[in-house]
Amino acid sequence: MLSSLLKSREAVLAFAILVLVALIALRFPAFVAPSNLAAVFTDTSPLIILALGQMAVILTKCIDLSVAANLALCGMVAAMLNGMGVPLPAILLAVIVLGAALGAVNGLLVWTLNIPSIVVTLGTMTIFRGIIFLLTDGKWINAHQMSAGFKAFPRAAFLGLPVMAWIALAVVGCFALFIARTPLGRALFAVGGNPHAAVYTGIHIGKTQFAAFVISGALAGLTGYLWVARYAVAYVDIAGGFELDVVAACVIGGIAIAGGAGSVAGAVMGALFLGIIKNALPVVGISPFWQLAISGSTILIAIAVNARSQGKKGRIILKQAEHRA
Amino acid sequence: MTAASQPTPRHIPDRLKSRLSRTLKSWEALLLVVAAAIFVANALASPYFLDPWNLSDASFNFTEKALIAFAMAMLIIAGEIDLSVAAIIALASTVMGSAMVAGAPVWALVGLGIGTGLACGAFNGLLVAGFGLPSIVVTIGTMSLFRGISYIVLGDGAFTGYPPEFGWFGQGYVWWVFSFELALFAVMAVVFGVLLHRTNFGRLVYVIGNNATAARFSGVRVDRVRFILFLLTGVMSGVASVCLTSRLGSTRPSIATGFELEAVTMVVLGGVSILGGSGSIPGVVIAALVMGLVTFGLGLLNVPGIVMSIIVGGLLIGVIALPRLWAMMRK
Repeated sequence: MLSSLLKSREAVLAFAILVLVALIALRFPAFVAPSNLAAVFTDTSPLIILALGQMAVILTKCIDLSVAANLALCGMVAAMLNGMGVPLPAILLAVIVLGAALGAVNGLLVWTLNIPSIVVTLGTMTIFRGIIFLLTDGKWINAHQMSAGFKAFPRAAFLGLPVMAWIALAVVGCFALFIARTPLGRALFAVGGNPHAAVYTGIHIGKTQFAAFVISGALAGLTGYLWVARYAVAYVDIAGGFELDVVAACVIGGIAIAGGAGSVAGAVMGALFLGIIKNALPVVGISPFWQLAISGSTILIAIAVNARSQGKKGRIILKQAEHRA
Repeated sequence: MTAASQPTPRHIPDRLKSRLSRTLKSWEALLLVVAAAIFVANALASPYFLDPWNLSDASFNFTEKALIAFAMAMLIIAGEIDLSVAAIIALASTVMGSAMVAGAPVWALVGLGIGTGLACGAFNGLLVAGFGLPSIVVTIGTMSLFRGISYIVLGDGAFTGYPPEFGWFGQGYVWWVFSFELALFAVMAVVFGVLLHRTNFGRLVYVIGNNATAARFSGVRVDRVRFILFLLTGVMSGVASVCLTSRLGSTRPSIATGFELEAVTMVVLGGVSILGGSGSIPGVVIAALVMGLVTFGLGLLNVPGIVMSIIVGGLLIGVIALPRLWAMMRK
C-alpha cells in the first residue's frame, strides 16, 4: 500500500506541492491563509482549464501549441461582441463555439491530412494571433470600453469563491467524468496507448484526435473570455507564451508526452504547482522575471523524473521510430 | 506526434527514371520555379526591387534564420527537432552583452556568443541523447529556461552600446553589395551541403531518420550522432546570435522571438520531411531565398510584420498540406 502510494506520481506531486507551500509558509505565514490560497487557486484557474484541454490532446499523442493564441483570439472576439452590446450568455456561447471551431481547424488538419500536430499548431498559433491583428489593427480594447457586467462576472463571489474558480472546478469535475465514464474519454487513452490496438477495437484514431483538439479549443475559448474579463484588457499579445506553461503543467502532472497515460488529478496539480510558484515569487521577493526560467527548469526536471519512473532505460521515446522499425 | 499510419505497399518500378527527369520533377526544381516567379512578381510590383543594394538588404531577412535552418534540417532529417534555437540566440546575446559591459574585446564577444550556443546545444543533446528524453518536450523546456535566464539577467532592460567594430558581423560588407552575413550564408550552405550529402556522417543522419532501431542494430552510434547534431544546431544558433546582435546593436530578452517557427518553416518548405528521413540542403537554401523574397516583397508593399507571420504560418501548413491533399485527390 505504502510503496504503491510512493510510486504513484500524483502522490509524489501532491507531496511536492505540500513541501513547497510549507517552505513558503515558514517564512510568510500569510501565504497559507485560506483567503490567499483561494486567491492563488482563482489565479491558476485559466491554467487548470487549459491544462485539461491540453491533456486530452497529449493523451492522443498530439500537442496543441495554439491554445494561447486561440485564447487571445476568442478573448478579443468576446471583448468586441461586448462592445456591440451582445448579452453575456450569448458571448459565452460564442467564444466556446469559436474556440471549438479553431480547435477543429487543428483537428481536421491532423485527422484528414495526417500532418504532425506540432507543425499544425505551430502554424495556427501565428495565424490566430495574426487574425487578432487583422480584426483590430493592433488596437487595444481597454477596461473603459467593456461593460461592467462583462468584467464583473468572473470576479462575482459565490459561496466565498469567485465565479472563475467555480468554473474551473466545474470544468475539472465534468472533465474527470468525461475522461473516466464516456467512450470518447476512454478512446483518448486507447489511441495514445496503442494506436494499432485501438484501430482493431474499432476506435477511429483521426476522429478521436479531432475530438481532442475540439475540446482543447473550446476550453481555450472559454478561458479567453475569463482572461479578458478578469484582466479587463484585450490586445494581440495577451497570454503570449502561455502555451508553454500549459504544456509544462501537463508534463509536471505526469501526462506522458508519448500519449496514453495521465490523470486529471495530475494535470490539475501540475497547474497548481506552477500557479503556487508564480504567486509565491513576489511574496518571497524574487523578481517575476524568474518565472520563465523556473517553469523551464520544472519542465526539464519533471520529464527527467517521469522518464525515470517509467523505468525502461534506453527505450526509444519518439514512438514513430518504433512504428517505422 | 501523429498516430503511426498503416504501412502501405510500395511500387518499385522496373527501371529508375532518368536522372534528368527526376531532377526536373523534384521538390527543389518546383521550389526554384516558385522562387523565380516571386522574383519576377516582385520586380513587376515594385520599381525599387531590382536595385542591387535593396536586394542585398533583403538578404538580411533570411540569412540568420537560414544559418539555423541548415543545422535544423539535419536535426529534423534525423527525426529530432530543436524548438529552443531562438532562446539560444537570446541567451548567447545576453552573455555577449554582459561581457561587453565588462569590457571584453570583440573577438571574445564572438567567442562567447558561439561558445554559449555550443553549451546550450550540448545541454539539449545531453538530455535527448544522453537521457533518452523526447526532443520536443526537452527543447520546449530549454526554450523557457534559456530565454528565462535572459529575462533574469536583463528584466525589462537592454544591453546597448556594442563597440563599432562588433557591428561588422551584421552590417559589414565583404565585397561590393555582398554582406558578411550573405557570404557566411553561402559558405555555410556549401559546408552543410557537403556534410549532409558527401560524408559518412551525413549518411548516418538519413539512416537514423529512416530507422533509428535498425541503425542501432547496424552498429551506428545513434546517440552520438544525435548529440553532435544538437551541438551543431547550438553552434549555428550562437553564430546567428552574433550576426543578429551585431546587426541590431542591442540585446533585449525578447530578441529573435519566433525564429524557431521560421527556421522550421524554412526547413519544411525546403522539402525536408517533418517525420525525418528525407530532405536536402539545396532545398533549404532555395526555401530560404523564397522566404526572404516573400518577406522583402511584402515589406516593400508595406505589409505589417504580424501579417507576414500569418503568411509564414500558412506557408508552413500549406507546404505540408498541399502535397497530401494532392495525393488524396488522385486516389
